[in-house]
This record gives sequence, structure tokens and C-alpha cells, in this order.
Amino acid sequence: MKSLTKPQAISVTKPVSEELPKEKFDELEEFIDNMETTKGALIEILHKAQNIFGYLPRDVQLYIARKLGIPGAEVFGVVSFYSYFTTKPNGKHTISVCMGTACFVRGADKIIERLKEKLEVESNEITEDGLFTLKDVRCVGACGLAPVVMVDDKVFGRVKEEDLDDIIEAYRS
Amino acid sequence: MSKTRTNIMVCGGTGCLASDSEKVAKNLELIIKARGYEEEAKVIQTGCFGFCEQGPIVKIEPDNVFYVRVGPKDAKDIVDEHIVKGRKVERLLYKEPHHNKKIGKQEDMEFYKKQLRIALRNCGLINPEDIYEYIALGGYEALGKALTQMSRDEVVKEVKESGLRGRGGGGFPTGVKWEITKSQESEVKFIICNADEGDPGAFMDRSILEGDPHSVIEAMAIGGYAIGADKGIVYIRAEYPLAISRLKTAIKQSRELGLLGKNIFDSDFSFDIDIKFGAGAFVCGEETALINSCEGKRGEPDFKPPFPAQEGYWGHPTNVNNVETFANIPPIITKGSEWFSSIGTEKSKGTKVFALAGKINNVGLVEVPMGTTLREIIFDIGGGIQGGKKFKAVQTGGPSGGVITEEYLDTPIDYDSLLSIGSMMGSGGMIVMDETDNMVNIAKFYLEFTMDEACGKCAAGRIGTKRLYEILNKITSGKATMADLDALKQLSYMVKGSSLCGLCQTAPNPIISTMKHFWDEYLAFIKDVDHSQGEGEYDGAKNKDNLMLKA
Amino acid sequence: MKVKSLDELKKIREESLEKVNLREKGDVKGDKVEILVGMSTCGISSGARETLTEFIEEIDKSKINNIKVVPVGCIGYCHSEPTVQVNIPGQKPILYGNVKKDKVHEIFEKHLQNGEVVENMVLDIDFERA
Repeated sequence: MKSLTKPQAISVTKPVSEELPKEKFDELEEFIDNMETTKGALIEILHKAQNIFGYLPRDVQLYIARKLGIPGAEVFGVVSFYSYFTTKPNGKHTISVCMGTACFVRGADKIIERLKEKLEVESNEITEDGLFTLKDVRCVGACGLAPVVMVDDKVFGRVKEEDLDDIIEAYRS
Repeated sequence: MSKTRTNIMVCGGTGCLASDSEKVAKNLELIIKARGYEEEAKVIQTGCFGFCEQGPIVKIEPDNVFYVRVGPKDAKDIVDEHIVKGRKVERLLYKEPHHNKKIGKQEDMEFYKKQLRIALRNCGLINPEDIYEYIALGGYEALGKALTQMSRDEVVKEVKESGLRGRGGGGFPTGVKWEITKSQESEVKFIICNADEGDPGAFMDRSILEGDPHSVIEAMAIGGYAIGADKGIVYIRAEYPLAISRLKTAIKQSRELGLLGKNIFDSDFSFDIDIKFGAGAFVCGEETALINSCEGKRGEPDFKPPFPAQEGYWGHPTNVNNVETFANIPPIITKGSEWFSSIGTEKSKGTKVFALAGKINNVGLVEVPMGTTLREIIFDIGGGIQGGKKFKAVQTGGPSGGVITEEYLDTPIDYDSLLSIGSMMGSGGMIVMDETDNMVNIAKFYLEFTMDEACGKCAAGRIGTKRLYEILNKITSGKATMADLDALKQLSYMVKGSSLCGLCQTAPNPIISTMKHFWDEYLAFIKDVDHSQGEGEYDGAKNKDNLMLKA
Repeated sequence: MKVKSLDELKKIREESLEKVNLREKGDVKGDKVEILVGMSTCGISSGARETLTEFIEEIDKSKINNIKVVPVGCIGYCHSEPTVQVNIPGQKPILYGNVKKDKVHEIFEKHLQNGEVVENMVLDIDFERA
């Protein structure tokens, strides 16, 4: 079992760019430096990083790897394993279609197909104008309202195919 | 035709017969005759009402009035007051023990309520962010009792004798698990709460953590004391932000009152809880995968043995239980194993929470004693099928379970009976389907899920689920032949037999069970079947072997 | 403050009992009225937060000061979220379903101010708690 150590002393260059400003790296570094131990904390650190940056691009992953003194492949292995982590930036709004079983039997599959057509994206992709990311998610827990579509934090229940245009339009303006 | 207006049902069950119900019936008949009402009122001896403790029972229909502890002498009042004058005989009505209110109608009586809430006992009743409300309802008394009045062995024994089995799906006896972990020689042990509820369509663990987080904390401390662990971890999905925040608040409050921390209840037992976040991987519900994920790694399962009880978190003995399992622990300790084991069936004790969803009127969470039938859950509690459509099947056990058809609806459910009818308890998802649902599509839905969620460690799971999904896709797009059905079936058994962990071992279950019960729907998609001869007729003597599939 | 013994815990229980007595039995003395709003994920996504806020606003407007709004967990009636339970001393607790923001006023005016139950929104509680 490989345990992660706490390389406080190591200074790691931050691959700063326009999308990845230095302040965000500083915030992440401070979080890591303040941990009691980084043993077994990779997932926690990735959660924090995704929180800060909004997504986990290659440069952020490599930064974490160097900071913890582990191979980049190990970080990428974890990032790619879990569906919660994303390596692509999100659109301004995230449209999540619940694909839990309850929603499925009430027609969620048709809803997401329509949305793909309307937005001209596949799931987990961002629209050309950068406005929407389409996601299929597992049960959001509103089975009584199935099928459910969420735009950011707002829940739309008992959605019919003909409602979709109105929902999208409301966020276009 | 008789003009009978009123039926007087007298319980003829053994319990009531023993308390003179026969004489009650005879007296009723005599007095009815004497009053000249024999045309209108009829005395009927019935089977047991199931309420023997209050026997003899007399029920008047259609008034739906229920009299308890009726003696032979009461017959006169029942006839004179109720039958002749139409007034209820107040003194014979059933009194609810809690509020002493007299209740006449059967459906108002708690005894006949189908649901019994043990795990959900405080949900919707207390403010989950106020520890004092939990304490007001007896919270943390179980922990106090365990720490100050019971030895570790006694706690394990109590849980073992209660018959509580793991509510995450597997159904392993909780007390036995605790005993094994307790028996390990180690300075450091861990107790983990599995709150990585991955079944799409199940949300009972989330509801417990959101509605009653302290019951889980208290139970983990009790478990920690029993097995000798001073550290607990709740592994929870990051997708449950509200549950996480309520749990954090609850842990903080418990620490403030010293119910977590050093020397709890002034004993030499110290215990604290950490939270670890999942990141969206169904396989992490499997114990060994969950432990890997807690360690910050990819959540892939390991070979067992060694079991987590022997070598778990960072190599130390670790006990993993599910949220609902934990929520049952405090009442077991305060009320005793005898109380708990009086509920349920012979081999499955207590209650089970189900997330009832799909094409049903009352979508929601229900908690029923083990042994309740599916029909009662779906039609009595769930209010039947939406839009007056016909029931087709109910799916239990999520992606690991199977479908149950109409003919099995009267099976009393417990771990073993569900297995024997080709499904499983699972974590408690229960999806109802009506006549318009296509079962091949349902199987495909689940396989798409398991294909996505298969971790990739073993070939059977990684490639097998992918191929199964591909064949199903071919079927539903109308391009498949009988040979594909054959391959689908063979591959299902292959994946079942050769995968590393429970996720993929059970992944083909939705296919196997839908093929068994809804073979016609598979056939309807097949292109070399002659559909002109009626739905699902298969014309092809040359493909005789394929016909064997159906058997 | 740390709880050091079972007796101390029981004392806290006694002191806290008042908080929940009304909910369990309904037959307590006093004039404190409670409104329980189901605030778990399912409730909130159906609009329970707006419902809760609306109740608080109604209370503020009416200047009645014996009503307490309590956020609670999920009662399991997803089909009728948001759910609201009204507990008035001396009366059986009443559970309402589908209480969206716009239904709050009716419940507040009829039930809390005038004591009439809004029958068409009442849900049966069909379970027993251990």
C-alpha cells in the first residue's frame, strides 16, 4: 500500500494561465498545506480543486500530483474513475436530466434525446455558445416529480417534451 | 334473495374461540331472533382478524364498526343498541393505548396500519438540526445504556439475537459481522457507515441522514464500543449536499454534549466520526471498493478473503454497515432484541424501508414489517397503478435485482423469499411498471447503468456488461436474430459466474429475470420470428435448439 | 456542557420534552402551535423552502406570536410534497400535502387563525412509529 506523505517543503510551480489564475492555485495550496495529513486525502483534495476551478484540467491534476509527490497517472486514474469529477469546463448553466429508474419509466430517456437534439450536444458536452452543459445524472431524489430536469439548482418536475423549449428559452435571455 | 342489511362478523379464530366467541355468536343469534331482525341481520363466524390480544372481536358491516373484548353478555347491547337503534356501543370500542381515544373504524386503528417505522421513526417528526429534539424522543439513551450497563459482549449478543440483517442488500446478519470484527486482535479498528447510496431510484439512506442523522451517529458509537473501534467514518456521496451538511451539524452538536469524543458517559470509551466523500461510483457500495475509496484511491473491489473485518481500512479490522442498518440499532438496544425479533418473518426480522416509485399513485418512502406482501405495498399503501392502468411487474433490488410479476405479488417479502422468486431485497428500490412498459427496454436501462458503473478491474465485468448491453441494443433496434438471444442468455450466466464482485455478478439479473417472465417481449423484437402467427410465436423447426431457451 | 451519565441525559430529555410533546400527542397544555415543514431534498426540490418562508411571512404579518415553524426531515410522502404538519394543542396533528407557496395563505387563515381544517388537502398518516 502506497501511502501519501506530506511534502510541505516542496515548492511546486503553478501553471498559471488565463483560465487558471494564480489566486486559485494559492487557495488550493493553502488548503493542502493546512491538512493534518494528506494520507488518503486525494479524493478530498480533488473535490476542493473542482470546487475552486470548476473542473479539473490536466494542469491542475499535474499540480496536485507534484504537490503530493505522486505520479500524475495516479491522480488521473482517480479523476477518470469517478463520474463526479470533470476535466472539461461547464457551461454557464448546467441542465441535468435525472436518469434514475423512476424517471426512466416515466420517460426521461425521451426527454434527454430531445434535449440533445435541441442543444445539438451529447451528454456531458457544452453547447457552442458556452451557455449550457447537458448532463445525465443519477437519481436526484425527486421521484415523486418524475421525470425531473434540473437547471443549475432549480428543479422542473413532471416535465413533458413540449415544456423543454420554454425551459431552455428562460435561460437564454 | 335475502334482505340482509347488516352482517355481524364474529371472529372464529383459535384465540377468540378460546375466549368464548362461539357463545357470543350464539347469543347474538338468539337475541336477533327474539327482536325479529333475523331477516336483516346475519351473524357470520369468520377467520382470525389477527388481533387476538383484544378478542373476542365482533365487527359490524357495512358500518365498519369494530368491537373488542366482547363477552356473551354484551350480545344484548350490541343488538339492542347497534342493530335496532343504530348507536355504537361505546364501552366496547377499541381504545388506542397512546391517547386513550376510542376508535371504532378498523382503518383508523394503528394496529391495522400497514406501516411500522423503526428506521424512519424520527423522520419528519424532529428538527434534524436540533440534538435536543432527538434526545427528547429518547435519543442517545441506547448509547448511555450500552456504555454504562452493558459489556461489549452483551451489546454484540443483543444485536445478534435481534436477528437484524444488513439493509444494504446482502442481508448478512449484523450481529455476526460485529462479532467477527470484535474477535480480531488489533489495537486499531474502524467502523464505517456506508452512505454511498448508488441504486438509481433509491433514497432511503438519504432520507434518514437528512431527517434523523443522530440515530446513525449514536448507532456508530454503539457499534464502535461493541467491536472495539474508536474511530468511525461515514462514507457519503458528494451528490447529497443536504445530508452532508445535516450530518456535519449533528456531529458537531454531539461533540459539544460529549456524546462523541473522549470518555463518553464518563466511561473509558472514546469515539469520534469523520466524513469521507464519494465521488459518484456505484461500485463503491461494495465494502472493499468503499474502503479503497476512503483511502483516496480508485474505488475498485478487492478479492475476499481477507474480509474487511480482518483487513480493512489501511489494513486494520473494519466493520462496514449501511445507514438503514445503523438506524435500527438504537431501538434494538433500548427496547431489546426480543421486541425487535417479534417483528417480521422467521429469518428476516424487523422492518424494511422501500423507495416506492414508478407508475404508482403514491410515490414515496414506506417502511413495513418483513413479511408484508408486495400486493399490500403496491395496492394498499402505494394506492395502485397510475391512471387506472394494469400492473405489469415490480422491480426490486435495483440494477442487481429482478422483476416480479403479478402471480408472485402475494409472496410475503423477506430476504429469502425474494431470492427464491428471482429477485432480491437490494437496498430497497421498488419500481412499479404498468402494461405500457417494455421489459426489454427496462433490462437495457439497467445494463446501460452497470456498464457505465463497472469499474474495469475484472474482464468479465468490464467486457461482459458492455457486450450484454450491445446485444440488448441490437435487439431493441430490431436487428437481432434468435442466435443473439441465445448469446445473451449464455453471456448472462457467464458474467454472473465469473465476475469479481457483487456488482457484476448480479448485473445480468435484470436480463435473466425479464427473459424468464417476458420472453414474448424479446421475441417480438426478433427479425427471424414470424410475427404473423400471433404475438411471439416462433416458427422455425430448424432452430429447435433456440426454443430450449424458453425453458 | 458534557453529558456525563445516563441520569444527566434523562434530565436533558425531561427538559427537552416540551419541544416535541405537541407533535406526538397533541394533548399538551399551553397555546404553542407548531408548523412542521418537510425539508429534505425531495421536499425542497418541490418548493418546501418557499412554503416555509411564506409561513414565516404570514406569521409576521399576522403578529401572532405563539406559532413556531420547524424544519423537519422527510415523512416519505413524495407524491404529495411539500408536506406540512400543523400541531395545535388539544387537537390531533393534521398533515397537509401539496402545500405549495400559494396554498399557505389558505391554511394559515382557515386552520391557524380560525381553527377549521382545510379538508381537501389533508393526508392520512398511515404508519406507526416505533
